[in-house]
Amino acid sequence: MSDLLTLTSLDAHYGDFQALYGLDLSVSEGEVIAIIGANGAGKTTLMRSISGLLKNRAEAVHYRGQPIGAMRADQVAALGIALVPEGRQLFPSLSVEENLLIGGKTGRKGPWSLGAVYDLFPILQERRTQASTSLSGGQQQMVAIGRALMANPDLILFDEISLGLAPVIIRQIYEALPGIVGQGMTAMIVEQDITKALSVSSRVYCLQEGRVALEGRTDDVTHDQITAAYFGVEA
Amino acid sequence: MIEWSGAIVQGVLLGGLYALFAAGLSLIFGVMRLVNIAHGDLIILAAYLGLSTTVMLGVHPFVALLIVMPVMAGIGYVLQRGVLNRTLGPDILPPLLVTFGLSVIIQNALLETYTADPRKLSGGAIDTASLDLGGITVGVLPLVTFGIAVAVIAGLQFVFYRTALGRGFRAVSDNQDIAQLMGLNKAHVFGVAMALALAVVAIAGVLLGMRTSFDPAIGGGRLIFGFEAVIIGGLGNLWGTLAGGVILGVAQTIGAKIDPGFQILAGHIAFLVVLAVRPNGLFPRVAH
Repeated sequence: MSDLLTLTSLDAHYGDFQALYGLDLSVSEGEVIAIIGANGAGKTTLMRSISGLLKNRAEAVHYRGQPIGAMRADQVAALGIALVPEGRQLFPSLSVEENLLIGGKTGRKGPWSLGAVYDLFPILQERRTQASTSLSGGQQQMVAIGRALMANPDLILFDEISLGLAPVIIRQIYEALPGIVGQGMTAMIVEQDITKALSVSSRVYCLQEGRVALEGRTDDVTHDQITAAYFGVEA
Repeated sequence: MIEWSGAIVQGVLLGGLYALFAAGLSLIFGVMRLVNIAHGDLIILAAYLGLSTTVMLGVHPFVALLIVMPVMAGIGYVLQRGVLNRTLGPDILPPLLVTFGLSVIIQNALLETYTADPRKLSGGAIDTASLDLGGITVGVLPLVTFGIAVAVIAGLQFVFYRTALGRGFRAVSDNQDIAQLMGLNKAHVFGVAMALALAVVAIAGVLLGMRTSFDPAIGGGRLIFGFEAVIIGGLGNLWGTLAGGVILGVAQTIGAKIDPGFQILAGHIAFLVVLAVRPNGLFPRVAH
């Protein structure tokens, strides 16, 4: 099987604090993977490790067979991995359109352009000259997703895309997801809302205290297994 | 009455030079939150590079800029990537200490190379040429300096708000991690910002050297004028920096009109008054 992304006994540290312990994980081309787990389980750390914001052993992360664990984030981005960060993190000094344009900085070719993002989220075209901070939370999330898409990534990482958003907005964003990953993109979705995450993914990893507690096909894992892996108690 | 309006016009034009001192300082602080204590000495370094170029090639100082600007930009890029990037982090003290050390090094290197004798860049006829504007006599060189200052600030403003490069500057300034995720290498972006700032320093240094005599020790004073112009105008606002330079220049020339020994002090007093009344400067960019 040809893996797009492989993590091999990944340990991640923040100073003296270890956040991930010997994590093994693999993602095949075209798959949508859900990463679930309680607060502090290491989900965001995992995203930071893959995207290069957190440096690791080079051999701990392989992308298309290439060791990328020790690369800088801009080098990882150039290879085609994009992150929609937790809390959106738009650039406040940039307008909506400038935020999107900066996402295209890597210059990678593909289906996504300003026009394609505006087709996906028409409201952003109306608001394109506004400061990104003046948008509602949901619209900001659309900008954050559009900004990541502008890089035409092969692998897109979504970190907590529904956090802090109204249910109706969350539904809109999840309705847009198939249109995004349908373009042959591989995706990893970190989500607190387990039901949502499982509904769009084919495989799931559940993290618990920095370790993989459960891994399986979304259709195969049972509710009890997830509860046990999530909370660390036998159900 | 005409004497006073004359002093004000001279002050406004002098403000153009101060704005040029300040523009690079403002740019560096705006993009990478780096306070460059060596800025004044870099201005003097540029003046000496202008001197060497004019002497060796026998060209006009303005022509020398064609060499001094790229050389200073190159120094800026190498300095940023080789030294200053290593000092940037959550602690603001290391860059202050390192640029202070750099200031001492530049001063002493200039002293070794060029001695302490005051030097001047000769611009030929433009040095003494003047225009009569309705009874007020205005030097052509200060007028040209002011015009260049406006052009430089307009240019920087354009780069900052209308180009992909400026978008990168603003993005890195907003959030270094996320900018890096977008494929911007902050080490390179910072290098380019310093290169741009020192290209402006090159212009400031050569114009300073044509206006007055200079020696290796006067960098500190130029740094203070630059700082004052930035703070009066408000951090992060380039047009505000021009206004700050003008206010400082006018205060100095009016002070000199009252008593020649009062020139520098009057500038500092104007600065303190602005700081007391509007601690964020007159035109701070809206905080976010």
